Amino acid sequence: MATKKTGSKATAWESVQLARNPGRPNIYEYIENVCSDFTELHGDRLFGDDRGMIGGFATIGGKKVMLIGHHKGKSVEENVEANFGMASPEGYRKAKRLMTLAAKFHLPVVSFVDTPGAYPGAEAEARGQAEAIAHNLEFMSTLKTPIVVVVVGEGGSGGAIGIAVGDKILMLENAVYSVVSPEGCASILWRDGKKAPDAAAALKITSDSLLKLGVVDGVIPEPAGGAHKNIKATALAVKKAIVSALDELAKVKLDDLVERRYAKFRAMGNYFD
Amino acid sequence: MAWFEKASEAPLRVPTEALWTVCPHCKAYIAKEEWKAAQKVCPRCNYHGRMTAQERIALLADAGTFQEINEAVTASDPLRFEDASGKYVDKVAKAKAKTKETESVTTGRAEIEKHPVVLAVMDFAFLGGSLGSGCGERIARAAETAVKERRPFIIVSCSGGARMHEGIISLMQMAKTSAAIARVKAAGIPYLSVLTDPTTGGVSASYAMLGDLNIAEPKIMIGFAGRRVIENTIKQKLPDDFQTAEFTLQHGFVDAIVERKNLKAFLAKTLVYAGF
Repeated sequence: MATKKTGSKATAWESVQLARNPGRPNIYEYIENVCSDFTELHGDRLFGDDRGMIGGFATIGGKKVMLIGHHKGKSVEENVEANFGMASPEGYRKAKRLMTLAAKFHLPVVSFVDTPGAYPGAEAEARGQAEAIAHNLEFMSTLKTPIVVVVVGEGGSGGAIGIAVGDKILMLENAVYSVVSPEGCASILWRDGKKAPDAAAALKITSDSLLKLGVVDGVIPEPAGGAHKNIKATALAVKKAIVSALDELAKVKLDDLVERRYAKFRAMGNYFD
Repeated sequence: MAWFEKASEAPLRVPTEALWTVCPHCKAYIAKEEWKAAQKVCPRCNYHGRMTAQERIALLADAGTFQEINEAVTASDPLRFEDASGKYVDKVAKAKAKTKETESVTTGRAEIEKHPVVLAVMDFAFLGGSLGSGCGERIARAAETAVKERRPFIIVSCSGGARMHEGIISLMQMAKTSAAIARVKAAGIPYLSVLTDPTTGGVSASYAMLGDLNIAEPKIMIGFAGRRVIENTIKQKLPDDFQTAEFTLQHGFVDAIVERKNLKAFLAKTLVYAGF
């Protein structure tokens, strides 16, 4: 296991711990500190209202947007309700509904990613977790409005990318974004869940690695010790990054934006040819 | 040697592997010849066994019509990944040697009952049919060929999900392939998704669930999360029929369950209805 040297950046496993820190700001704390207005909207119009995924109209730095994102609770009750930020198919479908509205009302989408993964429950399977995520990927790839994604905590696999196809992908310094949880990877490939720190390092899930791999476009620095040490400062940095991304994207014609988004994801991959 | 000492000798062992296949589903012993003649469908329980890419192509494409494309596209090693059992590059080399394929998906032009199509078939024997950069790139290119040549696009999925050894890059293949599928649909080109055993994880959560029609073989496994993960989450045993093709149809996510022997005709008929 890699250990941290004094003064150096957090190791992959330290980032995992910081990204999961219960004191880390959740979506409502970001809303409180980033948005001058938030009007929550509910329901997928098909089955229910998932508390693991929330969304609504928001105003950020004077700009009107549609905000969507995973919701990790701050209390036991909230976490039971929100499944610890693990969204159900209803959550992904609610997000899709709100993004459809966003395009109709000419609002950019701002998506906050913070989930251990999509909810792996029996009901979620029955109601088509895979289908819900798949349709969001397809849908977001052609949505005619700017999409800014901020990975603020855990970017857990399909559950994360289900709301993370966008024009600008930003990430907080100690957030992580991965195809599989380090524990899951360790138990499959190392046959030992305790090797999670090794798996975390091998998977290259930290913001600096993902920037190098071209998966994220920008890293938002965190206060010393992590986002939870100073929520206001973190939120301010997040707000600045979102506003500057929105300004940049507002200059692009919508048709070009969609073309560029396709090209951006189309170029992701590392293969011999 | 006394008679009782003889008993400790190893019992006579008749090698039967050469003659029998054990059905992975009902565990029945099926004569190899019979298993092959039935195209890997169990005559006892109707389980539809896993086919190699070449077997699948032979099943669906008119004889001699399959022309492979994108064969030069293969996995690299973006993370220089190594786990307890070795390096990712070595695992890819082993998979290539074992399957005689160069990726978990094989793509090409083909004709199905004289209908020109672009066909992509996955092979579970190649690293669990996992979706990595090589696979994702082949699928995206095949989708673009389908649009350019106005041929219907058919993917036969067979996969455990994303290829962990490529980390986040494999996750991005879900977005890349889904975006490519969106373009096939926007061009008015039919996209038919055939789900075979198993279709799970990142593949079910991307192109496999996006078909204009989703068509499943009987009794196969279709799901997002693994059974054990779900059982650990809900602290309950799941029923046997959970995450089967039948379960998935009942819940509204596949259009039809089609037996292997009828699959080619079903695809051809769909293409007729689609006007292709």
